[in-house]
Amino acid sequence: MKFGVIVFPGSNCDHDAYHVISKHVGQPVDFIWHRDTDLSSYDAVIIPGGFSYGDYLRAGALARFSPVMSSLKTFAQKGRFVLGICNGFQILCEAGLLPGALIRNRDLHFICEHVFVRVATNDTPFTNELQAGVVLRLPIAHAEGNYICDDVTFEELKRDDRIIFNYCDKDGNITDSANPNGSRGNIAGICNASRNVLGLMPHPERACEDLLGSSDGRDVFRSLAATLAAVV
Amino acid sequence: MKARVYVNLKPGVLDPQGKAIHHSVELLGFSGIADIRQGKYFELALDSSLSEGEARESVGRMAREVLSNPIIEDYRVEIEA
Repeated sequence: MKFGVIVFPGSNCDHDAYHVISKHVGQPVDFIWHRDTDLSSYDAVIIPGGFSYGDYLRAGALARFSPVMSSLKTFAQKGRFVLGICNGFQILCEAGLLPGALIRNRDLHFICEHVFVRVATNDTPFTNELQAGVVLRLPIAHAEGNYICDDVTFEELKRDDRIIFNYCDKDGNITDSANPNGSRGNIAGICNASRNVLGLMPHPERACEDLLGSSDGRDVFRSLAATLAAVV
Repeated sequence: MKARVYVNLKPGVLDPQGKAIHHSVELLGFSGIADIRQGKYFELALDSSLSEGEARESVGRMAREVLSNPIIEDYRVEIEA
């Protein structure tokens, strides 16, 4: 199995993602410059966090036009795995690979703290090594993480079990006070209809070592590796 | 020829920046303001070889596909010959 981490001008969690795959997952991984268009050797691609193109216009809006993105669409259509973290989630929404949009946090702040998220389902390639309902402690670091979508999309996401992570309190209760940014339904992460594309605002790649305050994020990457081990 | 594109959050989409500005403006003593919504404004200088219809078509497409995100924003295009 082989992983790729896409690097846009302004990506800044690319090395974290690379480190987690090479050190903790123990699998081959390449950086993929955003002008590259050949994704044929990869089984899973991570779109890392950061400020691609300085967040100009809207977060993730300009990265959508990078040459790698049309290849990424084909890659996703083939059923290969795409994980978008933070700015990666924003890019996937802007590119139409995930529904909805991420707007300014409801209190306007850039929020940089550890939060609790509840794994809503383990029926995804990214959470299959976790128990549904388990609470993870993961860092967030964003100003535009307020997930918004129309009523039809929201009902579809719920009906099809596509809401994967919800902000919650430490006991797993999904409450408004545990919602850091105003996201609809406390949504922290969703997947596409075929479940091979996941976007989430929290940073599992920054939570893979106890030294960093949490190692709960490892299970996301362990799940993806387990999926790939079964299919590749 | 010039084009102007106005992009605004759709009605109902939370605009915390607009709310903060509204609050500040009231602190300054301005009253009678029901609501403030913040948007974006783009000025495009267009090649004079374009007809007004062509300009409207291409700027409209640009506004729809790049300058706005149709999930959260509406846009309006003005062409000035």
